[in-house]
Order: sequence, then C-alpha cells, then structure tokens
Amino acid sequence: MSDTPQDVIIGLEVHIQLANLKTKLFCSCSSDYRSAEPNTHVCPICLGLPGSLPVINKKSIEFATRLALALNCKINPKFWFFRKNYFYVDLPKGYQISQYNKAGGKAFADGGKVTIKINSSKKEILLNRIHLEEDPARLVHKGSIRTSPYTLVDYNRSGITLIETVTEPVLSSPAEAREFLNQLKLIVQYTGISDLSLEGTLRVDANISIKGHPRAEVKNITSFKEVESALIYEITRQKHEIKKGKEIMQETRHWDGRVTIPLRTKEFEKDYRYFPEQDLVPIVIKKEFIDEIKDYLPEMPNERVLRLQKQYMLSEFDAENLILDKYIADFYENGVNKDPTFGPDEYKLYCNWLMNNIVGWLNENNKKIDETKLKPSHIIDLISNIKKGNITTKIAKTLIGDMMKGNSISKMIKDKGKKRISEETIIEEYSREVIDENPRIIEDCRKNPKAIEALIGRVMGKTKGQADPKITRKIMIILLRNMRIID
Amino acid sequence: MSKKEELSKETIEHISKLALLDLTEEEKEKLSKQLGDILNYFKKLDDLDTTNVKPTTHPIDGLKNVFREDIPGESLSNEEATKNAQHKKDGYFKAPRILKE
Repeated sequence: MSDTPQDVIIGLEVHIQLANLKTKLFCSCSSDYRSAEPNTHVCPICLGLPGSLPVINKKSIEFATRLALALNCKINPKFWFFRKNYFYVDLPKGYQISQYNKAGGKAFADGGKVTIKINSSKKEILLNRIHLEEDPARLVHKGSIRTSPYTLVDYNRSGITLIETVTEPVLSSPAEAREFLNQLKLIVQYTGISDLSLEGTLRVDANISIKGHPRAEVKNITSFKEVESALIYEITRQKHEIKKGKEIMQETRHWDGRVTIPLRTKEFEKDYRYFPEQDLVPIVIKKEFIDEIKDYLPEMPNERVLRLQKQYMLSEFDAENLILDKYIADFYENGVNKDPTFGPDEYKLYCNWLMNNIVGWLNENNKKIDETKLKPSHIIDLISNIKKGNITTKIAKTLIGDMMKGNSISKMIKDKGKKRISEETIIEEYSREVIDENPRIIEDCRKNPKAIEALIGRVMGKTKGQADPKITRKIMIILLRNMRIID
Repeated sequence: MSKKEELSKETIEHISKLALLDLTEEEKEKLSKQLGDILNYFKKLDDLDTTNVKPTTHPIDGLKNVFREDIPGESLSNEEATKNAQHKKDGYFKAPRILKE
C-alpha cells in the first residue's frame, strides 16, 4: 500500500445556516434561537404537526441566488422541493424537506467552483451543486452520545434555512479541505448571507475513501478547525484497517471531537424514498430576477484583492492577507480613509500594524476585532505618534494590549508620562544594538567597568528614556559578562 | 389485469427497519398481505394507456412561486408546544437514546 496523498479521495457537503435571515425556511418563527429557551421558537409547521402547511421564505431564494452567483454555479430555471424520508428524532415529520437532482428534480444550482491556493499554486475545486433544505432539530445528550440514557430535542433549530454546498470528490488531503473551507467561508461572508460567527452555523459531512475501497461518511463536524482533525483521524483509521487486511464498511460515522465512531450502517439513497413535496409548489427563477440580484451582489474577495492593490498600492501578499477576514478588511479601509493625509507609506504601515500586531493579538486572545474596543482611529493615532517621535515602534508594540481595551497611544503617553519599559526582551534588544554600535565603549569597559554607564545612557537615549534603568543595568551586565568583557 | 403479488417478507423487514418498527412474525404476515393488497389496488393504474400523458409532479397546474416575506411572526409558547408530548424534560421533548447498545 502506498502512502501518497493521491490515494485519498475527499468530498465535502457543507451545510451553512443562512443566519442573516430573520425567519425559518418554511414558517415565520424567528431564526434568532440561540439564546432562547428550548422549544419556544416553534409552530405547527416546524414541529411537523399534522395539517400544517409550509410556505417558502422569499429571501432564502434571494440568498441562495447570491451564493450561486458568487460560486459561479448555473442556477436552474425551475425546481421543486422533495421529501427525504427517514426516521430520526431530529425530524418531527419523518422527512426533511430538501432538494433532489434526480427523478425529474433539480438542485437549486449546478456546478460552480472555488479556487484555492495550496503551496502557492492554484487549484480549482469543482462543485457538484448547491441546494436548499431545512435544518433538523438540535439534540442534547446527557454526557456523550455514547453514554446518554436519553436524547433531549429542541425544535427551535428545526426549519432554519440551510444551504448545502456539495463538492465533487476532488479534494486529496485534509489541508486542501481546510483551504477550500476557508475560501468558501470568505465567499459566504462577502455575500452577506451568513457571517458564520455564531455557533452551529456550519456543519460539514465528509465522504472519505482510500482509492479502490468503499467510502465512509463522517457527520457532525461542527467547526472549520475540526474538519482537518476529523479527516486526518478517519484517513489514518481506514489505512490501518486496509493494512490489517480488513474491508472498509460503507457506513456513517460520528465525529465526537476526538475520534469517529460508527453511527448506523449506511442507508442507501433509495431508502430515502425521495418524492416531490406536494405541500409546496414549483419555483421558477427568471433571468431578470438573477440579473437584479447580480447588480446588488457585494464585491467578492478576489475582486477586493485587486482593488486594494490598486487603491492603496498594497502588494498582492498584503491584499490577500487583508481580505482573509471581511471584518478586518473593512476595518482597514475604514481606518486608512479616515485620514486624508495618508499616502502609500501610511497605507502600508497601517496594514502592517493591523496584520502583524493587531491580528496577532486577536489570535492569541481568541477574539474577533468587533469584540474589542479598538477603533480604526487608534491605529492612525499610533502611526502619528511614532512619526512624531513620541514613542518608538518597539515600545508601541508593548502597548497593543492596552490599545485593544480602547486606550489610545496619545492618551497613554499623556496619562503616564513616558511609559516605562520593563519588558526584558525589549530592553535586551536595545542593549544588543547599543553594544553592536559602540565597539569603542565596549573596549573601555574592559579597562574601566564604569564605562558601562555610557552604554546604559545610550539605551535610555534610544528608548527616549522609557527603559527601566535598573533592569537595563542588570541586562547590560549579563550581556557583557557573556561576552567576557567584564567579570 | 396486472398480476397479484404479496409483499415479500424481506421487503417488510427492510421497510420496518427504515421505519424503526419492531414487528412480530404475525404482524409481518398480516402487513405483507395488507400492504400487498394496497399496492395491487394501485396497480390498476398500470392498465391505463399513458403514452400521451405528460408526467405530473404537482397537481395544481401552473401555480408557482408562492412565497412569504422574511418577517418574524408569533411562535407557540413552550407550554403549548410540548402540551401533547408524553415524555418531556426541562422544556425539551424527551426521546430514546440514539445509539443502540
């Protein structure tokens, strides 16, 4: 058995809640269910009570059209919904209203593609289709799904609009899958149909197989981060089974955050007994409707990269980094446009501070930019204080944390006078610079240890008096001792 | 006239598994006859000549694009929603565990 990545075949089904809709797909229950008590955003339709009749939310059709356009899919001019029959407690009706591209049916849209970058070369990930369906209920297990004595069901989520994006089985590694999802997330955010920041807005099912063997479907992957670990686990498991001479079962497995466990033997497609949903009438999508949506389609990530390069004279690298998070890119444009004196240098500086320091801080603290008190003007203030010589770049970097709390650099300088630096790594850096730049004083130190005062003075000068003199002395002595200049 | 058939025991067992029903042997026999009868009744349709009839997916011809606006309406209270449930707990519906031993 060879171990090359070409042996791995992955196809993804990505379910995204259209979280920017106010109501569910087939009823007018509020979709804002996350902080609600269980079973309070429900009605006869989403509880599946007999005699209730679904009516389609017009906006879900608009949102699906936006995504189809953004992904370059071909929107089908006429389609209808189907019942997908299976019995599971999350489905009160005994069927899910979904779409089906067989038996005369059509998906919402066919084809499409997402371009990803892997090791700086581009790859097109082809899509099979996108379609609309309703979200099942949320299940709550006491403890884990394995040990829970019963299942609790909350139908608040039942009937929320999901859009499912199905790739062709063309992904060949967990890393590719991760890149694909990052790009898809970006496109979804830019279309404005869902911001994907809320818990449970995304669920991924992955079909995984080793070439020449049956595939397993892994369900319940609930975050972008987990996709990669679930895929790596499942690929390793399958390769082990094959190595041991065992056959891979065609089955559905459940990702529990650590491992995949068998859930139920794969139901075959015919077992879903798809048939047209008679409670809903067909949908006809006219070209004029699509054109209208197209006119209002927000700028897409790839278009923004080009514009940012042109408008702010940024490199392709910087522009591509900025757009990775729509909110960061918005923050950037908000900021640089606030100061009319900004030119190419400031555009670049602003980008560097944002991408290196602010985003670094956000990642370390696991926060999003709108969860902090940082305002676009704070970075303008930072840049201007550095330019005026009120503060050095190194010291400014140590103040990022305070800035995220909404304190401007100007205010910090005013409040505390010159900010003391007590961070040893920074003082050490300055001290090394001073040592490198002053070979003559170093020579003096060999004969007269008092010459060390001159070096400390130079560090104070470089930091505009902000370095703590005691710590500076301590560090300087250690450095000189290591160099065997002093005893 | 089409041939009369009973539903095979395998088919009954398969569909009862899909419906999550545990059937006794007597029930299986009874159902295979009853469901067979129903299917045979529908088979009468096979006698019709449908060569020139277009397939129909929806009974009301021409009706399309029935939508509602995305405006939230009123939902049921938790009490109303769970009123008829035999098993409930803390506002949830309570159902059997999912994984079998």
